[in-house]
Amino acid sequence: MNFYDIHPEYRNHPMLIEDTGQCVTYGDFADFYHRVETQLDSGRLLFLFCENSIGAVFVYLSCLNRGIVPVLLDKNLDHDLARQLIAAYQPEYVAMPDDSCIDPHSSPEGSTPPENSKVICSCFRYQIIQCGDATTRSPLHKDLALLLTTSGSTGSPKLVRQSRRNIASNAAAIAEYLELNDTERPITSLPMPYTFGLSIMNSHFLVGATVLLTRHTLFEREFWEFFRREGATSISGVPYTFEMLKRLSFFDMELPTLRTMTQAGGKLSPKLHREFAEYAERNGRRFIVMYGQTEATARMGYLPAKDAIRKCGSMGIAIPGGTFRLMEDEHTEITEPDVVGELVYEGENVTMGYAQTRADLAKGDERGGVLFTGDMAKRDPDGYYYITGRKKRFLKMFGKRVNMDEIEQMIKQQYDRIDIACTGEDDHMRIYLTQADETFCSQVEAWITEKTGLHPTGVRVMPIDAIPKNISGKTIYKNLPEM
Amino acid sequence: MTNLEKYNSIFRRAFRKTDEELPGLKYQGIPLWDSIGHMDLMNDLEEAFDIRIDTQDVLDFTSYEKGKEVLGRYGIAVE
Repeated sequence: MNFYDIHPEYRNHPMLIEDTGQCVTYGDFADFYHRVETQLDSGRLLFLFCENSIGAVFVYLSCLNRGIVPVLLDKNLDHDLARQLIAAYQPEYVAMPDDSCIDPHSSPEGSTPPENSKVICSCFRYQIIQCGDATTRSPLHKDLALLLTTSGSTGSPKLVRQSRRNIASNAAAIAEYLELNDTERPITSLPMPYTFGLSIMNSHFLVGATVLLTRHTLFEREFWEFFRREGATSISGVPYTFEMLKRLSFFDMELPTLRTMTQAGGKLSPKLHREFAEYAERNGRRFIVMYGQTEATARMGYLPAKDAIRKCGSMGIAIPGGTFRLMEDEHTEITEPDVVGELVYEGENVTMGYAQTRADLAKGDERGGVLFTGDMAKRDPDGYYYITGRKKRFLKMFGKRVNMDEIEQMIKQQYDRIDIACTGEDDHMRIYLTQADETFCSQVEAWITEKTGLHPTGVRVMPIDAIPKNISGKTIYKNLPEM
Repeated sequence: MTNLEKYNSIFRRAFRKTDEELPGLKYQGIPLWDSIGHMDLMNDLEEAFDIRIDTQDVLDFTSYEKGKEVLGRYGIAVE
């Protein structure tokens, strides 16, 4: 059984509860699907502009049932980026909230939409639009189930190709190690296109649990009212979420229904890890640190709750059905403990590969179940893994992965006369510009944060006389000023 | 510097606004005043006024105007 299948035995279970008060059961989804399935052709591509709502989840699950491949994007995605993606992938369908002002066509703004473009379904405040004639578009691979962005916001059209086996096996592994059952009520404000947020939904649908959807943030009274009213049993977040929880004196809150806290999306500081692990132990709750990437569908590793204190700072062990190993280089495995190497994961959830264009969607599996993660790690004598750094040039910014080379290229394209170096630590990006004064730096900062949706709090743009380079012209990042 | 000047300068810096644009500003009303911006705003205000804003007040701080009321509870008159 897959998480997206129609489960007759769950028919009367509540499936989704919105903070608007609206509640739907698994049976409501079955009814919805039977209404839309005849209007949708299988083997097509659908762009789904997501919000955390019943409509978005129902469209997503209908796609998986119907053999339509959805591309999950945020409904607030920059309009230029949305247009570029639509042009690169030529979706046959676009789905979005009724009040959205996204143009479902790649044609320039203001021009008339192509013929045969029509709304074919409108339900739960969501509409599905058919975009023109579908017969000429290139086919999709039969195993392909879902497409997600990686770095999301840098304008790269790169998508991760996830197969049916990928998403089904990962949801099952997560439900198994979290020991989920139908009494769970996770509260989530994590966005659906974000693989961590999506994995919470998938793994809970598999067991017939009730997902609490909210658009409110932790800093709103409504979030906590919803939490208490609906009796949330788990809360999940990225490292920054746990800093916010601490700021809100979470440890003193009266939350009798809470059972589990899960963390992913980057490495939590060992200090916060310990504080939450100790809080969990004192209160008979579980705190579970996890590790994953979109390239592995969602999850690869987790630290069992019983080890949260004993192995503080570790991301744990491989999920059920998966294995980790450390590699000195592409061919040499490290077998002794406490030696740093590149972390390699093997399992059914390793995705098929990337796509850059519509034509790539016809490709099969390019990875054969093995993923070189780009993360550097070591293993202790008990077999627990610790992330120590990264091989590739990317940062986690508030849980989202950002490729620093892509940031440099974006700025270079916009401002061609200057030289750029982008560096930093997680949640703190630094961009150095040559031939720049303070005014120009703030202008670039405003532009790049708007384009990428990166929060300006985490981005500093500074002038520099010259970018340190080696003889072949490559930037020597370690010679940039220390902060 | 008066409390109001201090209060405004923290808002201006955090949300890239001018004094005239501050009235009516709301949490989640502009992209910069999201949860990350809110956390920084609380930290900056705590530092500037040497106070510790408690959980209920962090949640109550929903707008530029409401924030003045919140600070009033800590004996800081922003007017």
